[in-house]
Amino acid sequence: MLSVQDLSIRFRTGEGHVHAVNNVSFDIAAGQKLALVGESGSGKSQIALSILGLLANNAETSGRIDFNGADLLSIPLRQLNKIRAKEIGIIFQDPMTSLNPYMTVERQLGEVLELHEGLRGSAARARVLEVMDAVQIPDAKNRLKSYPHEFSGGMRQRIVIAMALLLRPKLILADEPTTALDVTVQAQIMRLLDDIQQEYKTSILLITHDLGVVAGFCDETLVLYGGRVMERAATKDIFALPTHPYTRGLMRAVPNIHEPHAKLTAIPGQPPNQTQPLTACPFAARCQDAVMDCHSSLPDLTQSAPMRACLRPLEELT
Amino acid sequence: MSHPMLTVSDLEVRFSLTQSKKWPWSIPSVVHAVNGVSFTLERGKTLGIVGESGCGKSTLVRAIAGLVKPASGVVTLDGEEIDYHATADLARLRRTVQMIFQDPVASLNPRMTVLEIVSEPISVFFPELSKDERNLKAQAMLDRVGIPRRNMNRYPHEFSGGQCQRIGIARALAAEPQVLLCDEPVSALDVSIQAQVVNLLKELQDDMGLTLVFVAHDLGVVRHISDDILVMYLGGMMERAPASDLVLAPRHPYTKALLSAVPVPDPNAKLTPEILDGDLPSPIALPTGCLFQSRCPSRIDRCAAQRPDLTQDGDRFKACFVAPT
Repeated sequence: MLSVQDLSIRFRTGEGHVHAVNNVSFDIAAGQKLALVGESGSGKSQIALSILGLLANNAETSGRIDFNGADLLSIPLRQLNKIRAKEIGIIFQDPMTSLNPYMTVERQLGEVLELHEGLRGSAARARVLEVMDAVQIPDAKNRLKSYPHEFSGGMRQRIVIAMALLLRPKLILADEPTTALDVTVQAQIMRLLDDIQQEYKTSILLITHDLGVVAGFCDETLVLYGGRVMERAATKDIFALPTHPYTRGLMRAVPNIHEPHAKLTAIPGQPPNQTQPLTACPFAARCQDAVMDCHSSLPDLTQSAPMRACLRPLEELT
Repeated sequence: MSHPMLTVSDLEVRFSLTQSKKWPWSIPSVVHAVNGVSFTLERGKTLGIVGESGCGKSTLVRAIAGLVKPASGVVTLDGEEIDYHATADLARLRRTVQMIFQDPVASLNPRMTVLEIVSEPISVFFPELSKDERNLKAQAMLDRVGIPRRNMNRYPHEFSGGQCQRIGIARALAAEPQVLLCDEPVSALDVSIQAQVVNLLKELQDDMGLTLVFVAHDLGVVRHISDDILVMYLGGMMERAPASDLVLAPRHPYTKALLSAVPVPDPNAKLTPEILDGDLPSPIALPTGCLFQSRCPSRIDRCAAQRPDLTQDGDRFKACFVAPT
């Protein structure tokens, strides 16, 4: 349904170009739940923003993002506006800053309906109430006139989800939807997203840094590092046998509450500098399996399982 | 030496909201941030404090460090009570207790070089040292936390988050404290960097015999580093137990719910999160009775009427009428 091909994003800055995303390709089928996992600076959020044309002004893109036959990177804004919210919805990380503090919930959600479907007044209100019930906001009727600050963080995120659901989009981009929330609220929200996905049969692109969230939710996982895809596999396979040294390092670095070890295995070194165009594997400098070639050549993602971008054969990894 | 390093008994912290006053003479509303927390911590041990945002865990450690004044309660350090209004006591407190903050970049002065940042506590606590001796000591500290010497004349913005947190640790340790209060030291860092900092803290603790109080909302990290874990909710203490007991056999209903909500990186793990309804009640109008009763799945009538006291069972503590002992 959505197909990202050879997407690169770079930003012009005072210190030259920052290469945030480098030749990333992936696709999502209808009804699929795909996870983009990576640390800060891996380019995962920029990919989501580029799909809806929300990148900052100093961004330059190349590649294609195919959505039902249209290339989202090149279609005019007028057409893109018809796809936004209606076909592809987005849930942002911070529920406080993604809602307008000056607008009541009813107006905020109603605005979407008015723009896309010309609905106003009681017809719009009925639809707003319907989605607010769907995201389980208690006493929705009496909260229509409330402002965002009158809701708690978890409730606000439900409103953001409700807004994304209003027009029943075919794809929802969830950019770290629970990062700003507490674990008990995170559990509520993830369950809600799961219920909604099953009921509405939407596809979900979940962007997160938390492997734990992915494990319980997504069918497939794409691991990003330094703006490159390191590995793509079914979620259960990635957890059973990660095939890329970075994924392996990441899993060893996460303290698992049920298996405490004496020492966490940290990945040495610092995140990559992205001001130079990539000529070698971005992870090579921190990789314990790296050989000479890793510092000079850029491996592509293999096209058959196991899909991985690594020069070293799987059997030789530590 | 027989004293516990740090004891806190019945500590309470309140903030009054003056701007909420309707009239100049009306009584301001009060945020009850910490409500009667007590614990003892032996030398060289680590106490983890967990809870959701707004549960008062940061305020608790800030109160111990004297950054906010406790409303009531007693803190003793190495057997001696701290009077938070006496200058001499505060000097002793700052010498013995140092703190690491959550935001590694914001907690460093952007206009000082790394060497200046780390030398400052040395010049305060060891005024007898000459400038050269001071710099040597600061450099040794930076070596210890893994900041290369060639970078010591740089400014904080030139470092990544993980490196800034190392500098913050070096600054805290330069005072040669005995207790290190860590307020969410790794929650702003990426997982791969987080493990580096956690390992560093553990090594330093072993080398220097530090006593740690480690506040975090990530139960995985807390379990990894702590000997004992204290669970807070709405400013009150719900349960305290040795780390593995708490995780494997939680007794308090809130601890159970908190643990079951932690996402496990294993797709085959059958997760049945015990999902709590609703949100944290307002700390301005505390519920009567148990602080957790409004969301508790195993509430009984008594919970609404009376606040359960902390009861001890071996090395475990809990504040609940219902939980098994």
